[in-house]
Amino acid sequence: MDFGLSQDQVLFQDTLRRFLAEQCPTARVRAIMESDSGHDAELWARLADLGVPGLIVPAAYGGAGLELLDLALAAQELGYACTPGPFLATSLFTLALLQAGSEEQKSHWLPRLVRGEAIGSLALAEAEAQWDPRHVTTRFETGKLQGEKTFVPYANVADAMVVVARGDSGPAFFLVQRGAPGMDVRDLQVVDMTRRVQHVRFQNTPAKPLPGPSAAVQRVLDAGCVLVAADAFGGCQRCLEMSVNYAKTREQFGQVIGAFQAVKHQLANMACELEPALSFLWYAAHAFDHLPDQAERHAAMVKPLMTDLFDRFTRDSIELHGGIGFTWEFDLHLWFRRAVFDRAFLGDASYHRSRAAELAGW
Amino acid sequence: MDLRFRPEYEAFREEVRAFLNEHWTDEDRASAPPTNPRGMSMGASIRTDERATAFRIKAIERGYLYRHVPRRYGGGEQPFDPLKSAIIHEEFRKAQAPAELIGQGPSMLVPTLLEHGTEAQKQRFIRDTLLGTITWCQGYSEPNAGSDLASLRTRAECVGDFFVVTGHKIWTSNADTADWMFALVRTEPEAPKHEGISYLLIDMKSPGITVRPLRQMTGEADFNEVFFDNVRVPVENLVGKRGQGWIVSRSTLKHERNLIGGSLLSERTLEGAIFLAKALSLRGRPAIEDPLIRNRLVELETKVLANKYHGYRLLTMQARGEEAGLAGLVTKLYGTTLGYDVARLAMDILADRGMLAPGEAEAPAMGMFVTAYMWSLGVLIAGGTANIQRNVIAERGLGLPRDPAVARR
Repeated sequence: MDFGLSQDQVLFQDTLRRFLAEQCPTARVRAIMESDSGHDAELWARLADLGVPGLIVPAAYGGAGLELLDLALAAQELGYACTPGPFLATSLFTLALLQAGSEEQKSHWLPRLVRGEAIGSLALAEAEAQWDPRHVTTRFETGKLQGEKTFVPYANVADAMVVVARGDSGPAFFLVQRGAPGMDVRDLQVVDMTRRVQHVRFQNTPAKPLPGPSAAVQRVLDAGCVLVAADAFGGCQRCLEMSVNYAKTREQFGQVIGAFQAVKHQLANMACELEPALSFLWYAAHAFDHLPDQAERHAAMVKPLMTDLFDRFTRDSIELHGGIGFTWEFDLHLWFRRAVFDRAFLGDASYHRSRAAELAGW
Repeated sequence: MDLRFRPEYEAFREEVRAFLNEHWTDEDRASAPPTNPRGMSMGASIRTDERATAFRIKAIERGYLYRHVPRRYGGGEQPFDPLKSAIIHEEFRKAQAPAELIGQGPSMLVPTLLEHGTEAQKQRFIRDTLLGTITWCQGYSEPNAGSDLASLRTRAECVGDFFVVTGHKIWTSNADTADWMFALVRTEPEAPKHEGISYLLIDMKSPGITVRPLRQMTGEADFNEVFFDNVRVPVENLVGKRGQGWIVSRSTLKHERNLIGGSLLSERTLEGAIFLAKALSLRGRPAIEDPLIRNRLVELETKVLANKYHGYRLLTMQARGEEAGLAGLVTKLYGTTLGYDVARLAMDILADRGMLAPGEAEAPAMGMFVTAYMWSLGVLIAGGTANIQRNVIAERGLGLPRDPAVARR
């Protein structure tokens, strides 16, 4: 019984935190978010040097062969630093290959992904907030995809994406390469400037099925929920830290505002919610690899838990900072915006909670 | 990360099971459930009848109970190993066997005596307290000393070999049945408020003590008020030095917080709410099918599980010898606010049936959910109110300064 991080995990997390503090402070975050692609190839290459995209890829393909918990620790640090880029998009693509890819697909893509030479994405959502893979309408027939996907992350830079579509036997993944005929990619302006999102239309677009079982789709989404939750946790941590530091230095009425109980209690409430939520996040990530019976339901629970907290933390933090918190120059709104993405991407809180209720047999 | 126990711990679990099989039989389990002095049935783990005491002594000898207490004072005296303790706790509960007694004596007084008591006090009180043959109540709160406990006014004047105690304590659980009270009293009225307090052990049979039941909002009386009128307490019943009672009492309060924060209570209340939602209908369909109720049940179940996994995390930190810090300070506030939220959801599932009082024949589950709803407020207050917990988290956990107005007084 050892419910905590290993020394290696703590070391990896520290390394990543220091790396991002130096290489991706918010000045660079802003530069990346104002760029055309929203993707900094050099930063991505450096993250690949640190092993980030290869964490869960088996050693045979050049990766570290670790678990979802390790990838979640990376997601947490990227959320803490508000790092822009295709981490989530590429992780979902990698997970899809691992869960359902053919040997040929894996040996083609995984080593490139690990080295940071390829970017991937996942196309799932359809109109009317449809994130449930059982209800997608995009079809795969005679080798071609037909349909429309929305909120596809980093489709603008992805070398390939997996598309969730209806095949002969229910929802499955289909791999589409960059520039495939009949694929139309259109940018969407979104609130979160640290993530780029596109609308993608497929008309007779050639695609290759990932041969794995149909259950692989939900597995990938489970992992995605854990990763989004980890990003949200990192964001919460950062917001709380910024707010505590501000409360210790900002003076009004002749004293630091952190001495006022109203301020203290607001911060104490945040800390009180965050600590047990971290324990749940670890459990959910651990369950993905070790407790198969509990994995799906815990993923459905951790995502709304953490992203609701992220929303509240960003709101409380901005309020606590007063006027400065409401300015463009001050960084807090970057996390506020990120929380808007995290809450909605892969499905909103009620969707996941109603799934968790179903999974309990209620 | 590994949620399994290592082989040597699984071997230890087998050893505990074998002990329980041999010494706590079906016959023991089935033996007449004893009642406490109010006539309520007591849980198997806290039985103190002869059969239970004989078993408890054997379990202590084997080192399974009171592992932190030296053998010479009646404890099991074992090296600190929270994983073994967790296994023992689990197995004793499954076997419905008498376990470590909880409550003011064993959980609060004993650690205090071990840290601050004289040899004579340790010899006299610890063993009997661990076996439940001496029972205790806690004399801390006063009508004008609640959150600001250090402003307490019950006086103890030293006259020869005695302290003469006069004053008024309130919210005293078990004062009507306890043999002894450990109390905070003011011995140096001229000293600054925290430095004028002493920690006294008071025999509840002493002349001059009056115990009156205190009826709480549920309508029952589970607490008491205790009045002291020139009660003589021998000076050898002082724990620690005169005027240092505040420091002496700190270890005790820390233990009380751990007692109340546990996740079991909220797990059980949630199970109750799920049971209700399946059993009761709301406007023509089972409440469990109502989308809003389902949503809230999942939301709260998530927090109940978070509370449970947080316990695993704290246990691990303890086993690794790490300081729990902030993670440890939040448990009471998280657990008790969660308990309140779950109890309120049960009320919403009851809907109009929540208006029925306990005892009303038509009230679902005898109205126990309404009582639980009221009690969820009681635990928010007991052992340091939610707002006091927030101060503790902010000051000790986040390093924020004390309110200057409070620091001055």
